[in-house]
Amino acid sequence: MPAVNLGLPSAGVAVSLMDGSSVSSEQADLAELHHLEMEAIHNGTVASVHSWELVTAVDGPGTRLTLFLSGCLLRCQYCHNPDTWKMKDGLLTTLDDLVARVKRYKGVFDSTGGGLTISGGEPLMQPAFVTRLFEECHKLGVHTTLDTSGFLGKSASDKLLDNLDLVLLDVKSGLPETYKEVTGRDLAPTIAFGDRLSERNIPVWARFVLVPGLTDAVDNVDAVAEIVSRWPNVERVEVLPFHQMGEDKWDRLNIPYPLHGSNPPDEALLERVRGQFEARGLTVF
Amino acid sequence: MTITDDVRSGTDDAGRTEFVSGPWQDSIDLRDFIQRNYTPYLGDASFLAGATARTTGIWDKLSAMFPEERRKGVYDVDATTPSSITAHAPGYIDQANEVIVGLQTDAPLKRAIMPFGGWRMVATSLETYGYPVSPELEKIFTDYRKTHNTAVFDAYTPAVRRARSSHLITGLPDAYGRGRIIGDYRRVALYGVDALIAGKKNDRAEIDMEPSTEDVIRAREENSEQIRALKELIQMAASYGSDISKPATTAREAVQWLYFAYLGAVKEQNGAAMSFGRNAAFLDAYIERDMAAGILNEEGAQELIDDLVIKLRIVRFLRTPEYDEIFAGDPTWVTESLAGIGEDGRPLVTKTTFRFLQTLYNIGAAPEPNLTVLWSDALPEGFKRFCAQVSIDTSAIQFESDEIIRAEMGDDAAIACCVSPMRVGKQMQFFGARVNAVKALLYSINGGKDEVSGKQIAPATVPNAEEVLTYDTVFPAYLETLEWLAETYVTALNCIHYMHDKYAYERLEMALHDKEIIRTLACGIAGLSVVADSLSAIKYATVRPVRDETGLVVDYTIEGEFPQFGNDDDRVDTIAVDVMERFMKMIRKHPTYRGAIHTQSILTITSNVVYGKATGNTPDGRRAGESFAPGANPMNGRDTHGMLASALSVAKLPYSEAQDGISLTNTVVPSGLGHTKEEQITSLVGLIDAFTSATGYHINVNVLNRDTLEDAMAHPENYPQLTIRVSGYAVNFVRLTREQQMDVISRTFHSH
Repeated sequence: MPAVNLGLPSAGVAVSLMDGSSVSSEQADLAELHHLEMEAIHNGTVASVHSWELVTAVDGPGTRLTLFLSGCLLRCQYCHNPDTWKMKDGLLTTLDDLVARVKRYKGVFDSTGGGLTISGGEPLMQPAFVTRLFEECHKLGVHTTLDTSGFLGKSASDKLLDNLDLVLLDVKSGLPETYKEVTGRDLAPTIAFGDRLSERNIPVWARFVLVPGLTDAVDNVDAVAEIVSRWPNVERVEVLPFHQMGEDKWDRLNIPYPLHGSNPPDEALLERVRGQFEARGLTVF
Repeated sequence: MTITDDVRSGTDDAGRTEFVSGPWQDSIDLRDFIQRNYTPYLGDASFLAGATARTTGIWDKLSAMFPEERRKGVYDVDATTPSSITAHAPGYIDQANEVIVGLQTDAPLKRAIMPFGGWRMVATSLETYGYPVSPELEKIFTDYRKTHNTAVFDAYTPAVRRARSSHLITGLPDAYGRGRIIGDYRRVALYGVDALIAGKKNDRAEIDMEPSTEDVIRAREENSEQIRALKELIQMAASYGSDISKPATTAREAVQWLYFAYLGAVKEQNGAAMSFGRNAAFLDAYIERDMAAGILNEEGAQELIDDLVIKLRIVRFLRTPEYDEIFAGDPTWVTESLAGIGEDGRPLVTKTTFRFLQTLYNIGAAPEPNLTVLWSDALPEGFKRFCAQVSIDTSAIQFESDEIIRAEMGDDAAIACCVSPMRVGKQMQFFGARVNAVKALLYSINGGKDEVSGKQIAPATVPNAEEVLTYDTVFPAYLETLEWLAETYVTALNCIHYMHDKYAYERLEMALHDKEIIRTLACGIAGLSVVADSLSAIKYATVRPVRDETGLVVDYTIEGEFPQFGNDDDRVDTIAVDVMERFMKMIRKHPTYRGAIHTQSILTITSNVVYGKATGNTPDGRRAGESFAPGANPMNGRDTHGMLASALSVAKLPYSEAQDGISLTNTVVPSGLGHTKEEQITSLVGLIDAFTSATGYHINVNVLNRDTLEDAMAHPENYPQLTIRVSGYAVNFVRLTREQQMDVISRTFHSH
């Protein structure tokens, strides 16, 4: 797709985030974008895109066009895509180009029961764009999925939710202090967003990344299970075993990798954790 | 004249009803018989029966022999009997228990020598495996009887010899049987051989009335040879106690007659691909009839197919190690084409179609027969799901677009070898292996000189003198080289097939064809994705040639990014399409032997490894000696946008310009298709539907983890039946060379 590399000089535009949460200036990398580009992103006619992929059996049902948007406020220790953290590192891509790609894959979605998934990064860093693209998808009869931590849930307008068929909601931990340790952020906005999805009865696949020594404490997992089990719209819980495949990306970006040397969970631990979710009557994968 | 005088009306002694009559009784018309007599099956796999103790016993007996065969390369060879339809005494695995009988020689896994293709191939093979070379036979096949191999080299031009020895054109069937001819073996079962001989005699009467031009004289000689072969086929079957001069009357006879016909072909011809045809719906008509009469049950029906498949699994040819490099893993391409949709919209899926797939459970996964599903999204859901299940469980089956094949050649076509479609009994091909399109690009940059040896191979042109390669200079020069290559290539193929017809004519396979047939000249390209990426690098990045002291370009430096084939990116995918279309046009400029229709394939078999080995550094960053991608595949690791995006790039290659097929091989890890088996099946059905709906032609699917293959390399004894699809066919992974195993392991494993 034609795209413009955003390697432009910084214009120093101030950025305010829609959810009103405080964001330290070094994370507001949006400030480095040219103000015209910022405006286009705010309007949702373009997006800063990291990459796209046609995937099957992850990121929602069927074969999906998964769009990875650039920019995230969380700094999860186990992040396997640290190259999506900064919005300025993405490629500026127009809504029209992406709608054309969705159209190209309409047949694929029809054959496989798939659709579009917007992931990231954190897609709700660019909520106007997500709103527009989902709206276009629904006009085309294409299923939509949002893959989010929920931290910026307040940025999602009602209109965005109107055109949203499924949310992959990452509940990264159930105890606020563990959540903070894992992500550097607060847990509460995720719960609030989940409650809102529940009120609107939008299907949710909850996800939990299991990292031995970081997220695997019994009470932390129990807390996640408790949060998730109060949402009747949760169709399944996916326990994702931590893997070390992201480490080389951290190295390439010269960011110290906090989980260097950590091991993936063993079968016994996975079974225990899945059991904790199953005990609450949840469907677990 | 009615050719089925023997068909009685009403029911026979055993209570079988008569087949529905029609034009198939007046002349040879298998399609008409099938359409009038087959029963489509729309259900799922739940009716199937497992292996009986008898089946398992026979397979176990063979399985005990496989380790020795693997260790020695061959189990045994009859080194002194040139094979023919009748040369060997009957052979059995376990005579008392075999339902379907017949072996190529007098013992299972004992290979025959077939010297008519070329004596060198026979002698080298025997020496390789430690068998004595009979001086008497050597004298016969060098001094008295000219072989195909000797004859071809009498006719080659210097340009062909140069292109051949520099690995620009390789894998040519000039020292071995060309194969890729499917006899319509069903004819023997439906009509009996006497009726077929009578039909050939009628043909002869017509040919005799024509003036004696060279073509007509050849046709008369071929007709005589065909009749002779049919008579020998009767004799061979008689040695096993069967009279196949008359039509088969029972389901067992139908399977047995069909197999005898095929067996006759593989007793006589060591063709690269000895494919089986499209037999399931045909056999099902007999099986259904016996079952309706209450004289066959499901277990018995499955036994017939299991036993047939056991026989097809142990077809063996004596071949050299060099041959194995091009066609790795001892393949025979006993391709059986399954399913598809009929022209009237009814699926050609029968219970016997399921039974063929079921053999992969009853006797375990195996590369042969090369079970090929002609896929349409209109196939019954239960069948599609069973195919996906079998594919996930065994990685042993392949899929080809029924929509494309049916539109081109109707609903009674079958795949020869890997991806070559042909109308059964009405069409054959002159197999032409492939050219190294990558080397041709390097030649065009180096003024026609080989980038490895420095020798002048193509006609001398002005070498590229640019500091930075430009598309506008490189591409026209490439086209000029391709023009020369196309001419040289067609010259080579014409020589080969003229001589093959003359010295190693497939008399039995051709006896099971119509008098007038369609012939295609099947050219091919290797390395298309390397060419596309190289041209893309020149167009979109900065590529500087690196010259050695003689001025020969031996390497390239690349600055900047460039789009790579396999990511559904038109900027580069159109380059691949353009090169392929242009080469096809160039091929079409040159007249062919016997008026064959020009076609080409984008298929490598496993020659992508040897082609890569012989090719220097390329402008896309590929290192000298590195394997090409197989078939039309994107280069390993460069397709980063998911398995389907990769497949959709390949689907852009238009079938109309590659009517001999376009091959794609993909590997996905099991978890990449879903959490549960049900999810995985649904995903795979959807993926194949999506690919074929986007005009994708062929896809091999491996559902495997890399760990499994690595473990199999370390402990081959634990994986005797581990089957993987390589390029249009499947192999026992543990029978590949280490180099080829590494090639498979380094391919893209899509994780979702």
